[in-house]
Amino acid sequence: MTPRLSKAAGRPRPSGVPSWTLWLSLAGIACLAALPFVLDNYTMRLATTILMYGAMAWGWNFIGGYVGYPSFATAAFFGLGAYTGAILLTQKLIPFWLSPISGAAACIILSIIVGAPILRLRGHYFAVASLSIGEVLRQMATSWVGLTGGGMGINLPPMTGSLTSETRVFYYAMLILALVSFAVSVLVSRSRLGVALRCIRQNEEAATMIGIDATRCKVIAFALSAALPGAAGAIYASWIGYIEPSDVFDILIAIKAPIIVLLGGVGTVFGPVLGAVVYLVFEEIVWSNLLQFHNAMLGVIVVVLVLFMPNGAVELLQRRVRAEGAR
Amino acid sequence: MLSLILQNLVNGLLLGGLYICIAIGFSLVWGVLSIINMIHGSMIVLGSYLAYYAFASFGISPFVAPLFVMPLMYGFGYGLQRGVLNRVVGRPVLITLTLTFGLDLILNNLMLAGFTANFRRVVFEKPFATLEIFNIIVPQERLYATILALLLTLVFYLLLNKSRIGRAIVAVRSDRDAAVLMGINVPQIYAITFGIGAAFAGAAGSLMSVVLPISPVESASYLGKAFVVCVLGGLGNIIGVVFGGFALGMIENLGVMVTGPEYSALIGFVALLAVLAIKPTGIAGKRGFE
Repeated sequence: MTPRLSKAAGRPRPSGVPSWTLWLSLAGIACLAALPFVLDNYTMRLATTILMYGAMAWGWNFIGGYVGYPSFATAAFFGLGAYTGAILLTQKLIPFWLSPISGAAACIILSIIVGAPILRLRGHYFAVASLSIGEVLRQMATSWVGLTGGGMGINLPPMTGSLTSETRVFYYAMLILALVSFAVSVLVSRSRLGVALRCIRQNEEAATMIGIDATRCKVIAFALSAALPGAAGAIYASWIGYIEPSDVFDILIAIKAPIIVLLGGVGTVFGPVLGAVVYLVFEEIVWSNLLQFHNAMLGVIVVVLVLFMPNGAVELLQRRVRAEGAR
Repeated sequence: MLSLILQNLVNGLLLGGLYICIAIGFSLVWGVLSIINMIHGSMIVLGSYLAYYAFASFGISPFVAPLFVMPLMYGFGYGLQRGVLNRVVGRPVLITLTLTFGLDLILNNLMLAGFTANFRRVVFEKPFATLEIFNIIVPQERLYATILALLLTLVFYLLLNKSRIGRAIVAVRSDRDAAVLMGINVPQIYAITFGIGAAFAGAAGSLMSVVLPISPVESASYLGKAFVVCVLGGLGNIIGVVFGGFALGMIENLGVMVTGPEYSALIGFVALLAVLAIKPTGIAGKRGFE
């Protein structure tokens, strides 16, 4: 970063845009940080969920959006992160603030081990392989009763303090994670790595020809797409207080990540969080009105989304706004 | 010890035959339409329920259930492909897999609401005796189910290789554009292909209803078996599916001798990942569905 900054300092600053962006983002962060003092606990739960979905979607975006590999491994990493955090916390080996870091670390290690062989696969085979990682982990969590409690799941030690203070702790934890996800997304999309990833998406052979180490770049993207859901899973485990294999390794989680990105727009920096907001609004409406047909309604949303707006709902909106503006 | 190994081998063969039937429609749809059909497991469960209710209400044996379950499921699959899936054929796997997953959420939820999650079971009035040959126990209903599954696989093979429709399906798979030039109605063939896939899912479900308890929550497990069989055997031909089915049956049954029964599903998926890492085309895989 340093050489780039000094170079920029040598030139006249282009029309003050950076400082404007900086102030706006600082104001945004301040608003987000002030939310717990304005909103009630229910709304805070929704806000925390949006941030969690955002982090998972930003993660998926690295491998699925930038590189264009159809990864369905988000559930694997979310679950691994949740179990890593939960086991270390119940064994009293780490304090709470280390649990997301431990979850992310476990996921990075796993993603590097399995990434090298499965990232050689393309298309359908990669999709199946990535989906199977979650299935393997789910079976292991169910069978390895001594470590994971098997199908009985794990109860996490409760936090001390009132419900409100607990709500705030998890909100801030997810907020920090979401901000980190966003920052990493911005950094990657502006870095050489981001350019390399987009090159691989366009044409992997050509990218290799111009000297991009495709395997290395893909593994880094896969590791990023693992670390963020892993950290989110660890926070989720403490937040909900109880995890079981069928909950945290649910295939639905693996599908949610791309759905959220599709809603917001693939391969963009803001897409994931916009998609997370839209998705959560859908989900809450469905939950509160059609409890028994919750999954079916989610299915309808998925089908409609994929059939009619494969480039993202937000893009559809933008097109309409632009068309209105042109008139 | 030897008889235990033999017993597990026989169990593996019996189970493998059923796995072939579970996976063959999935393999056809994957091979011809390039769709990883996430709704396959739920279609198998739907077939099980059709057979179960025919048995519970009218006393029709699940062994003849494929005769009416297959046409019903064919209609279901044909309609689904015509109405929805034909819009996404040829799109990236992210789109097609997500779409079929969405459809699976709908079908599975409707089955949960209609049939509840309680496990149901086909209980015959006169239970089948178990055969015992050289100390090896063979449950008769399992044997018949497996034999029927293999006969259905033969029907599938003949359908694809000897009928005009079958040759058209193979033609579309090999070269879609050339098939159009030969006067083949491609969207129609896609719908027929998916219909056949659904019909065989229904048949597999009918046969499974005499072997395992029935519940909508079982659909994920069937889907998982179909995944593993297709990847183990390799995509693109019936021989691959037959090989994959028997391989999975054997691996599971011999594997649990070492690890204990709770790891049986895990073994399959580990084998899947191993095959993908070493030889992604599978043991007998090739392009084109023959």
